[in-house]
Amino acid sequence: MTVYSAPGSDGAIVNYESRYDHFIGGEYVPPARGQYFANPSPVTGQDFCEVARGTAEDVEKALDAAHGAADAWGRTSTAERANILNKIADRMEQNLEKLAVAECWENGKPVRETLAADIPLAIDHFRYFAGAIRAQEGTAGEIDDDTVAYHFHEPLGVVAQIIPWNFPILMAVWKLAPALAAGNAVVLKPAEQTPASIHYWLSLVADLLPPGVLNIVNGFGVEAGKPLASSNRVAKVAFTGETTTGRLIMQYASENLIPVTLELGGKSPNIFFDDVSRLDDDFYDKSLEGFSMFALNQGEVCTCPSRALIQQGIYSDFLAAGVKRVENLKQGNPLDTDTQVGAQASNDQLEKILSYFDIGRQEGAKVLTGGARADLGGNLSGGYYVQPTIFEGSNAMRIFQEEIFGPVVSVTSFADYADAIKIANDTLYGLGAGVWTRDINTAYRAGRAIKAGRVWTNSYHLYPAHAAFGGYKQSGIGRENHKMMLDHYQQTKNLLVSYSPKAMGFF
Amino acid sequence: MGTTRVDVTPAAAAMMRQLRGQHGPLMFHQSGGCCDGSSPMCYLEGEFRTGQSDVLLESLKIDGVDEPITFWMSGSQFELWKHTHLTVDVVPGRGAGFSLEAPEGVRFLIRSRLLTEQELAELS
Repeated sequence: MTVYSAPGSDGAIVNYESRYDHFIGGEYVPPARGQYFANPSPVTGQDFCEVARGTAEDVEKALDAAHGAADAWGRTSTAERANILNKIADRMEQNLEKLAVAECWENGKPVRETLAADIPLAIDHFRYFAGAIRAQEGTAGEIDDDTVAYHFHEPLGVVAQIIPWNFPILMAVWKLAPALAAGNAVVLKPAEQTPASIHYWLSLVADLLPPGVLNIVNGFGVEAGKPLASSNRVAKVAFTGETTTGRLIMQYASENLIPVTLELGGKSPNIFFDDVSRLDDDFYDKSLEGFSMFALNQGEVCTCPSRALIQQGIYSDFLAAGVKRVENLKQGNPLDTDTQVGAQASNDQLEKILSYFDIGRQEGAKVLTGGARADLGGNLSGGYYVQPTIFEGSNAMRIFQEEIFGPVVSVTSFADYADAIKIANDTLYGLGAGVWTRDINTAYRAGRAIKAGRVWTNSYHLYPAHAAFGGYKQSGIGRENHKMMLDHYQQTKNLLVSYSPKAMGFF
Repeated sequence: MGTTRVDVTPAAAAMMRQLRGQHGPLMFHQSGGCCDGSSPMCYLEGEFRTGQSDVLLESLKIDGVDEPITFWMSGSQFELWKHTHLTVDVVPGRGAGFSLEAPEGVRFLIRSRLLTEQELAELS
C-alpha cells in the first residue's frame, strides 16, 4: 500500500504550477482578456491552480499557429513522426507514476486505475499509432494497361479536438495520437473540469513537437469550445461528450462542410446468462467482477455497464453475490493505491447523480446497496464522493434509460435469449455492452445481435489501442482507436495517371 | 396556474434573468449521454436548431424576462421522460458543454418527480 502525497504538499512526487496559460505556437501565452478560472481537486474540493479562461481571440491565435505549422508537419516523413510519438511514449513511461498522481488529483479517480490503466494505455496508444503510420501504405490500382490510379493518404490540415473530463489524459491521447501520426496540426481544448493534467503531460513532452503542431486553449465550452468548434479554419472537429452538444457541433460543422467524429455516451447493458453460475470457479469470479465494473472510474465512463441484465434462473443468487462484491469495494482517498472507488469529478456531477437517486426511488426502484453521498471524513469531507449503488427495477425507468455517469448500476432480469436482446437494445444508445456466458454460440449470437459498437465478451472495460471504439444509434459517429482511426484524420488523394501518349479520341 | 411539464426554482430563475441580461433571449435543450449529459443546456434562443426530432416541453415564463424561455428535448428522449415533471435548478459547478451558465461557476440541473394521474390527463 502506498498513499501518495497530494500535489503541492510535502513529499509530493509531482506538483502543479500555480497557473496555466494557453500553449500556442510552442510557448505559453496569457489569455487575451487576462482572465483565469480556479481549478479545484475533487479529492478535497479545494482549488489547486488557476487556468486561462480562453476566448475567441485566443482560439484564433492558436489557429494561426496551427496553420503556420501544418504544412511542414504534414510533409515530415512518417518515420520522423513515428519517432516523435515513440519519444513521447518513452517520456510518459519514464514519468508514469507522476502522470498517474497528477491525473488522480485533478479528476478524483483512484491512483490504482491511473497507474494500471489510464497512463499505460495512453503510452501504448502513442506507440500503436507510431507503428500504424509507419505500416500504412497507399495503393496503386491498375485501371488498364496505360492507366494507374494511385491513392495517397494526406493529412486534413488543422483539426479541432474537444476533450472530456473523465479520462483527461487518455481521452486527449486517443485523439492526439492518430491526428499527429497522420500529420495534422491540432488545436485542443481540455475540459474545464480537468484542464491542468494535460499541461503537466505537456511539460514532459513539449520540446519533442515542432512549435504550432499542438496548441492547447483552455476555457469554458461556450467561450473557447464554441469558437473552436464553429471555426471555418478547422478541417475537422472531434468531440467526446453528450448528445445536445454533439448535435450543436454537427450543426456548426454543417455550416463549414467539415466532418466530425462524435462520441456521446451510452447506457450499456451487461448481460449474464444462466450458465455463468454453472460452476463456482475462476470464470464465475470473473463474471462477478464484470458485474462490479460499473464502479470503475466512479462510473464516469461512456461505456459504464450501467444496466445489468441477469437471467431468471440465477437472478437471486447472482445478484446477492454481486451486491456482496460491491459492498466490499474500498472507497477512500484516491491517492491511496488500495482505494478502488474515488471521487466524482465535480460538484455538479455529484448533484446530478443524487438527483437520479431521487427519481429512481420515486419510480419504485429498490436500492440494494448505496444510494447516497459518501462522507469520508477529514479533509476528504469536501470531496465529491458517492457510494457505489445498485438499483433493482425495470428497463422503462429513467435510471435504466439515462446515463447517470456515476457508480450506479440498474439491475433487472430476463427470461431467455430473445428477452435479453430485446431489453439490451431497448435504449437510445449503443456504445458498449457486455455478454457473459460459457456457451460460445450464445456469446457470438448475442454479440452480433446487440446494436452497440463494442460488445465485450466475457470481459469488460478493456481498451487496447488495436480495437475499434465507437457508437451505434445516438452514441455517436465514427470510431476511435484502431488503425482505421487514421482514416478519420486523413484525406484520400487520388492521382489518376495516363501513361498513354495517344489522344483519347473525343475531340 | 395550469399543469406544467417544466418548472424553475427561484435560484434558477435568477440565473436565467442574469444570463438574459448578459446575452439575450434564451432557450434550453435537454441533453442525454455521457459527461455533461442528462443535463439541460442553456443557449441563446435559436443557437441550437431544433427540428422535427424535437419536442417543445414548455415556454417558461420568468419574472423579469420579457419573452418566454423555450425548453426542448429530443422526441426520442421525451418518450422516456414524459411521465416525469422536471424542475430546472442550479447548483455550484463547472462544465456544461457550451451552456451559457458555466462561466458563472454554476450548472443548471434537472430535478424530477413523477407526474400524477391527474396531471398526465391534463397534459395529454
